[in-house]
Amino acid sequence: MTSFGRTGNGGHEGLPRLLAGLEPGGAPMTMAAHTRIHGPLPSVSPQQLIEEVEQSGLRGRGGADFPTARKLRAVAGRRRVGPVIVNGSETEPASAKDRLLLARLPHLVLDGAVLAAGAVGASEVIVKIGSDTPEVVRALESATAVREHERIGIQVVSGPDGYVAGEESAVVHYLNGGGPLPTFVPPRPFERGYRGRPTLIQNPETLAQLALVARFGSAWYRELGTVADPGSALVTITGAVAAPGVYELAFGTPMRDLLDAAGGPSEPLQALLVGGYFGTWMDASAAVGLRLAREDLRSVGCSLGSGVLIALGESACGLHESAGVIAYLAEQSAGQCGPCVFGLRAIADSVGALASGVAGPRERDRVLRWASEIRGRGACHHPDGAVRFVESSLRVFGHEIEGHMRGSCRARPAGLPLGDGAARVRGGRLSDRRKSGDASRTVTA
Amino acid sequence: MSATLRVNPITCEAHGLCAELLPELIRLDDWGYPILDESEVPPDLVGLARRAVDVCPTLALLLDEN
Repeated sequence: MTSFGRTGNGGHEGLPRLLAGLEPGGAPMTMAAHTRIHGPLPSVSPQQLIEEVEQSGLRGRGGADFPTARKLRAVAGRRRVGPVIVNGSETEPASAKDRLLLARLPHLVLDGAVLAAGAVGASEVIVKIGSDTPEVVRALESATAVREHERIGIQVVSGPDGYVAGEESAVVHYLNGGGPLPTFVPPRPFERGYRGRPTLIQNPETLAQLALVARFGSAWYRELGTVADPGSALVTITGAVAAPGVYELAFGTPMRDLLDAAGGPSEPLQALLVGGYFGTWMDASAAVGLRLAREDLRSVGCSLGSGVLIALGESACGLHESAGVIAYLAEQSAGQCGPCVFGLRAIADSVGALASGVAGPRERDRVLRWASEIRGRGACHHPDGAVRFVESSLRVFGHEIEGHMRGSCRARPAGLPLGDGAARVRGGRLSDRRKSGDASRTVTA
Repeated sequence: MSATLRVNPITCEAHGLCAELLPELIRLDDWGYPILDESEVPPDLVGLARRAVDVCPTLALLLDEN
């Protein structure tokens, strides 16, 4: 029987794991280096792999946080299983971790995909990526070339960008020849996905973690993190920090250590956006004493989502930044469902008015009413994420609405005219960011 | 014997006939799209629910009876 054992890939306190051997600014890791660092692709039965993943407590890293073993089981054992889809779309603007994995550590992700394919009975892998990522395309092309001898074929498909294009059903719809738009579920991809067949679709980081669990086992995986939140996570830390980038950290790490890993705050912070545009704001003072853990984040209305942390400095205006984000989210609606199309547009206009100081508490109440009515009424979770974001914006920055009506804004001294220009703070508006962060910076803590 | 209503939000085009027939369960938002505050249909309204499903011009209203 296969035995799971460690090789020497521990660094400081067991990190890095996924990012072991990665050289800053370097080329994609070769198969030879990958094998030297992590060991060869293990031979493991489907049953063993799924059980080990289950024991590890690994959960999906694309944002939905769904238990990975449960997803594997849902597909395994079905007839005519379709290809495993590696969802490398990464449409969350501030996230860079998936692009980092695919461009610099392709064999780790492909190992995971191939192992998952074996576990669920798939004979192919499709890596779905976005449109403007030549370094990812190059890395995947050479990685798949050296893996040609493998039983499981690997194909790379690139598709249009757009916020909702990375949603599971949108990826499947696109690969089936439709637009990159979410579909009404059920059925979900695990029942009817690629060409109507049961399809496993996973985030690249989830598969990278799986590739290591398959080698070293669930007990090893649980050596980091906490009982409730085991393992490590890739977090894209950006905004008002000295060294924005992708960092690998253990779950349970104090939030302030996360910020220190990214060089520390570049100015005093007023808030943190946890989970990217699909996430929620928390007050910076609330971060004191919190750890990177589900329960801690939930206590302040947050969740890690796709692993994005944006620090907002004191010199920025949270209302303006939020107005920019919600305008982006409204514009990125797939345009298929009335409540999302009309509701988000109305909310975006109102939040813009609040940020510009031309609307007050009544407008805010209207926004909250719309938010509660729109929730759950789209075909996908885009409107849900957007309203959750808006509600958190009003919770954290709502006290500034009255000040804005009087013409005062943090990003401008009191008395100067507000308007779009007020949001031009250090580093630009949040919503101007596309693929922010220096993905080559990979210091771990 | 229970029955639940659902709306396919992609197919729905806010004709509003469902809310006309079944105001007890369906109301319209500010843009004319249906809100189901309660998806569980009481037995005495199942007949009306079936009519509402039949009358929807885009077949967006769905009734799951089991």
